[in-house]
This record gives sequence, C-alpha cells and structure tokens, in this order.
Amino acid sequence: MVEKSEVILGENEHLRINMGPQHPSTHGVLRFELDLRGEIVDQVIPHCGYIHRGIEKMSEANTYQQIIHLTDRMDYLSAHQNNEAMSLLVEKALGIEVPERVKVIRTILSELSRLQSHELWWAAFGMDLGALTTFFYGLRDRERILDIFEESFGSRLLHSYICPGGLMNDVHPNFKSRIKEFIPYFRKKLPEYDQLLTGNIIFMERSKNIGLLTREEAIAFGITGPSGRGSGFSCDVRKHEPYSAYDRVDFKEILYTEGDTYARYRVRIDEMWESLRILEQLVDQIPDGDYTVKMKPIIKLPEGEYYQRVETARGELGVYVVSTGDKYPERIHFRTPNFSNLFVIDKLARGHKIADLVAISGSLDLVIPDIDR
Amino acid sequence: MKFSIYDFSSFTQSIHELLTGVMSPTWVFITELAIVGLIFLLFYAVLGLFLVYLERRVCAFIQNRLGPNRVGPQGIFQTIADLIKLLFKELFVVKNADKFLFNLAPFVVIIASLMAIGALPYAKGLQALDFNIGLFYIIAVTSLGVVGILLAGWSSNSKYSLLGAMRSGAQIISYELSVGLSLLAIIIFAGSMQLSVIVESQANGWWIFKGHIPAFIAFVIFLIAATAETNRGPFDLAEAESELTAGFHTEYTGIRFAFFFLAEYMNMFLAAALATTVFLGGWMPLHFGNFETFNRIMDFVPPIVWFFGKTFVVIYIIMLFKWTFPRLRIDQLLTLEWKYLLPINLVNIVLIAFLVLMGWHF
Amino acid sequence: MNAFFNYFSEIGHGIGTLLKGMRVTSGYFFRPREIITQKYPENRATLKMFDQFKGEVVMPHDKNNNHRCTGCGICENNCPNGSIQILTRKETTPEGKSVRVIDKHIYHLSMCTFCGLCVKTCPSDALAFGQTFEHAVFDRQKLTKVLNKPGSSLKKDVKE
Repeated sequence: MVEKSEVILGENEHLRINMGPQHPSTHGVLRFELDLRGEIVDQVIPHCGYIHRGIEKMSEANTYQQIIHLTDRMDYLSAHQNNEAMSLLVEKALGIEVPERVKVIRTILSELSRLQSHELWWAAFGMDLGALTTFFYGLRDRERILDIFEESFGSRLLHSYICPGGLMNDVHPNFKSRIKEFIPYFRKKLPEYDQLLTGNIIFMERSKNIGLLTREEAIAFGITGPSGRGSGFSCDVRKHEPYSAYDRVDFKEILYTEGDTYARYRVRIDEMWESLRILEQLVDQIPDGDYTVKMKPIIKLPEGEYYQRVETARGELGVYVVSTGDKYPERIHFRTPNFSNLFVIDKLARGHKIADLVAISGSLDLVIPDIDR
Repeated sequence: MKFSIYDFSSFTQSIHELLTGVMSPTWVFITELAIVGLIFLLFYAVLGLFLVYLERRVCAFIQNRLGPNRVGPQGIFQTIADLIKLLFKELFVVKNADKFLFNLAPFVVIIASLMAIGALPYAKGLQALDFNIGLFYIIAVTSLGVVGILLAGWSSNSKYSLLGAMRSGAQIISYELSVGLSLLAIIIFAGSMQLSVIVESQANGWWIFKGHIPAFIAFVIFLIAATAETNRGPFDLAEAESELTAGFHTEYTGIRFAFFFLAEYMNMFLAAALATTVFLGGWMPLHFGNFETFNRIMDFVPPIVWFFGKTFVVIYIIMLFKWTFPRLRIDQLLTLEWKYLLPINLVNIVLIAFLVLMGWHF
Repeated sequence: MNAFFNYFSEIGHGIGTLLKGMRVTSGYFFRPREIITQKYPENRATLKMFDQFKGEVVMPHDKNNNHRCTGCGICENNCPNGSIQILTRKETTPEGKSVRVIDKHIYHLSMCTFCGLCVKTCPSDALAFGQTFEHAVFDRQKLTKVLNKPGSSLKKDVKE
C-alpha cells in the first residue's frame, strides 16, 4: 500500500545564499553561507581564509624587529596595539625596562588607535543599518587622528612605529598640541553621534534585543573586547593586567549586561568617552627622556615560551612565541580577537532576519585580515 | 500669439487655434498628442538627470563633501556623462534568466512613472490631462511600477533580486493604503478628485493651513507613505544595499539599470509634486489673510516658480530622510504601516469628515 | 486608557528622536563652510606632506653629488621584503688601498612596506624618506629605482 504523503512545497527547503566574499556588508573578503527560510536566517556558516597570508609562518623567517611590520597587517585598525603586543613580549623576554616616556607615549597611541578604530566602526555600523551619512561623519573625525599619526610616524594606517625597546623615532614636536586640539573637537562631535544613531527610534528598534549573548556564552566562545563587555564579561586586559602606563590612569571598564547589539554599540560609544578621558590625563604628563633603549642589532630571545596580551580595539590580542635562542622565533601564534568573535555569529543570528545578520556582524566589529592572518 | 508666464491657457489656446486653421480636427488631435508627448519625454529625461545630480549634491553637502564638481560648471553635466557611459555599457543578461520579462521590466517601471507626470498641473493652464478622477489616476498609475520591480526580481534568476522584489511587493501593497487614505483627506476637503479643482480650491489658503491639524497629519503621513512607495531610504528595502547588494536590480547593467534609476528619481519627483499640488496649494502663491501688500508681492512670482519651488522643498525633505535615518527591517516596516499609520489615518479621515460636515474649515 | 496614552507618547517620542537626527544633518547642509573635501589636483602647488611622511626611500645627495652610502649591506639585511639590493665593486684608492664602493643601490618600491627599518638601522645615515606620494605608473618595472645618482661618490668624512 502506498502511503499518501502530503508535501508542502518549500516546507523544509532552504534558500541557500552566499553572502560574500564580495558583499558590501561583510567589510572585506569574508563569506557567509546562509540558509534562509524566507527572510529568516536558519544557519550561518562563516567561511574564512580568503585573505590568508600566512603571517604566523612568515614570522618564523623574520627577526623580531621585522615581525613588527607583519603584525601591522593583521588588524590594520589597531596597528599600534599589535605592534605593542609584540614589543612588550620581546621586552618581557629580555627583561628590559623601557623609559617612562615610551610607556606614556605608547599608552596615548593605544588610545588614539582605539578612538580611530571605534570611529570607523561607528561609521561602518551606521552604513550597515542603512544610515549612509554616518560613514562620512565617522571618517571625518577619524581623519584628525590620522593626521596626528601621519605627522609623527609618516603613515596613516600601518605605522610599524612601536618597536622592541621603545619607538622607531621621537614624536613630532606638534604631537602634544595636536592631541590637545583634538580632544575638545571630538568632545563636541560625540554628542552628534548620539543624536544621529543612539537615540534614534529606528536604530533602537533595529538593535535592541537583536543577537542576544549571555555572559556564559561569551566566555565559552571566547568573545573579548567590547563585544564581550556588552554581555557583562569583564575582560579588559588594561584593567586586569595593566601594561605600559595603564596602571596609573583612571578609567572605567565599560560593562553592559544586556548582551544585545545595542549593548555592544553602547560599550563602544562609552569607550570613546573613556579614551578621551585617558588622553586628557596623559597628554600633559609626557616626561622627557629617551624614546628608546639601546638594543642589540640582532635580538635573540632566551630559550623558552612567552605570552603577552594586550587589549586592542576589538578585544584581547595574545602573542605566543616559542624560542630556541635563535634570532628567529621557532613558532609564533597570534590569538586574534576577531577569529573567536566571528564564530559566534551563527549562534547570534539564528532566527533573526537577514537585516539583523548585517547588524549583528556589524556590532561584532570584524576586521577580516585579522581573522585570516 | 499671446504668451504670459502667469497664465498659460491663452498660449495653449492660441497654439490650438493655429493648428485648427491648417488641418482637420483628427490631425490636430494627433499633432497635439505628439507635441505633448515629446515635451514630456524631454522634460522627463532632463528632470530625471537633474534630480540625480541634485541628490548627489545635496547628500554631499549633508556629509561635508563637495559632490560632483568636475564636469561643467559646478559639475552640472556629471549625470549626462554618467548616462553616456551607461549607454555604452554592455547589456548583460544572466544565464537562465527569463529574457523576455527581464527586458520588459525596466520599461514597465519607467512607463508607469512617465504616465503620471502628464496629469500634474504645473501652472495655470499648463496641464496635459485634466480629468475628473485625476488624483485617482495618478495613484493607480504609479502603483503599476511595482509590477516592473516584481518582474525584474523574478526574471533575474538571482536570489538577491528575488528577495528584494518580494520585499517590494509587501511594501507597496501596504503603503498604497496610506497614500490613498491621506489623499482622501484632501478629497473630502476639496470635494473633488480633479487636480485643477483641488488647486483652485486653495486660492485663499493651502489645505495644510486651512485644514487645521488633521490636514497636517495627513500631510506627514503622505510624506512617509510616499517615501516608502517610491522605494527610497529609509524604506529602500527592495534594494537594501548593505543586505541584498542592490536588490531587484542586482543583475541589471547599462541603460536598463539607468531606467530603474531614473524611474526612482521621477517617482520621488511625482510624490513631491503630488504633495505640493494637494497639500501645499500647487502653483498657488502663498497668501496670508489680509496682508494685501504681502499677497501682491507673492502674486508677482510666476506660478510655475511656485510649483517647482514647493516641489523642491518637499524633495529636499525626502532626501533628508534618506541621508539621516537607518533602514527599517521588513517587519518593522509593516508594523509602522498597519499599527500606526493606518489607524491614525482612519481616525483622521473621520475627523476631517466631521470638520467638513460642520463647516469648521476655512 | 494607559495603553492609549502609551501609544501616542511612543509616537511622539519616536518623532522627536527622528527630528533630532534631521537637525544634525540639515545643519551641516546649511553650513557649507564645514566641508572638508580637498580639491586635490588643483591644490598640488600648496599641498605639502608632513616632514616625516614615508613616501619612498631616497638617498640624499649634497651639491657635489656626494652621498653617504658605504655599501655595508645592513639595510639589505634588515629589509623584511627584500626590496633593497646593493651591488658593490672594489676600487683602488690613489694610496693603493682597495675599498668597497657601491655600484648600484637598487630599491624596489613595489615591494616596500615602509616599515622604516632600513632608514633606522643605516649606520651612516645614508637613507631617508622622501615626501613624494604620486607613485602611480603604468609599468611595474618603473618602480625599481637606483637610489645613487649616476657619477656620485662617497662623501669624504663618512667612516664605515
């Protein structure tokens, strides 16, 4: 007997869509494979590796000074922090104490990097949600910071400025006055960010209760940085393991417990205010002195394993080096924040709409070269 | 031949008489159709290109940029250069696309918007089609455009296009209601669907002022719903650049894409012109009760300037919407319509009917 | 009744936030002085890059066409990308001593990542960063440059 079966067309069928590698809202060459039920996302399979350059393997054939310029190219928006992580590791391994001036300048650079990264994120996040003007306002303010960078280090994006033992060259005499100009300027512009997006009813509707992530899940997935802090996971390396001059500045670790897209957004906006506060405290306290300690032309780390972590604009960056006492590292591994932040997206986006997927991936603030390395 | 910038009826009348003198009535009719058609085609192309330029310029100023400023003085020929580029591009058809429908879709969209501009009163005596259901005709014709969008999405053989087209369908079906109902408010006030009558009824004051708060609410609702119906941001879900790359016209290239693009801008012009005609007095100058000198000065400005001036102010507001707000999600779009605009609109209409019944409007 | 008022206060609040955003954008529209666009090719004459701008690696020559490069090869060793090649030759000085002089200091701009290690490590300060930034060419070969000018020689006071 043939059993009569009722098949509703499209009942269990999914519309499979490739989002990327060339797609306006994946911010680079990332590919999401989506299973859709109408507008609703059933599954997200992220595919990475489109911009894999083998930085870790390449580093094994480079001296420690040369690795610096490779770390720039992982998370290009936090170039200073990446440089700092590698430099701190070498200094820790060799037991070098860098001058106070270097520490303070490194901290200032870290915060400036964080600011410009968050500004770009804000700009791009608004654009992901369809508010196209935010992109230009964000970039307009970011340009000011890039001018500071360009004047002192000669480049706007990939600086290779912080090196083992200190800095490549001394900062420009205008460095201080330019930051002092920037702080009041940006304090005036930040409320505009709030007026344009934060308070906007459409934006609130689009971001509240979208992509919920609990604290336990954030820890399980290893979500660090503002994305983790939006879920109430206290993971700020600057607070828990202060490096450079972070132990002497007064700042709050921003924590929100909602864990949705809006909370992640608020963390970053508040971090911009905190970064401005840190800059204000430090900009007048740059001591005189050397900008570097005298290093040997060829650095050889003693045999052993070393780990150093810093807080980049996107989360915790860890550098792990195994040395055999040679001038090249035996093995090097970067624990990059974006890699672990990416793979939570399936968890977050399930059951939401495509538009929410874009908002969620925007709120995680992904930089693709950092995922692939 | 008498020509006056304040009243075109004698001018058109004299042309008509001139033609009647040389040919039979049938040929006069055909010639007049041809002349009007040609003028509107030209008007459509020039205005469409100018609107694209205007939008790029306005959004550039909003975003602290300069915008196009290289081709011609202040970059005014930029869009013409773009159009020439698009004309020369290859017309690419996706494999396994439904070729006939794929080719047809842009024409449906552009014809729908072209058909409506003939019915608008641009100045006194400058209206090609003036029948007693003018407003109804415009609403009916403009909503045909969605058929083209659905065809484009369906025939493209692309999933992104399909999603965009389906969104557009849901969007137009719901927002058509609000557009119709908010215009109904003014139909009750004016007591006619004929556009020339609606404009004439505003000689002593625009409906947005005369109709108290209900007319203003209807105006705001019309502005929102018309923005949604023309598929412009923040309601541009059908093309949703950051989600669906380009939505329903993802697979279109060259002049076919330009057709969609032009039609979008002409729809925006239509919406603004309709808002002007119905709520803001059309080509009627701004008059304030008893300020005789003020009214005299206002009368001095030609009606056609009044019409386009008001239209461009409304266009600026619609552009400001797009460049300020984030895009809505599809379910929020429908929530906005069915939970907010529609109930308010219905209550509003009852209110207006009451006002008119009691004769409380000016 | 409460829900009724909530409904309208929600609408009012929503419209208020939207107007706030529109005030910002239309404010910028009516203040064209704040436009930040630079008209690039027109302002070429006045456009000046910062002193430390890393445009390309150059070898400064003084007015006697002398440079400071001894051809030691430290920059070549330090370059992470192999974008520097130094070709040297032996020359005998009038005193009969055999010294090394550079034949060609070849610099591949196409491979350079501007890390600054060559400039920093040069023991005789022979290299510096130039401020030129208009490097676009139609042929990749043109990006390979010889930094020492033809006929130039080593400055007298430079010790290796």
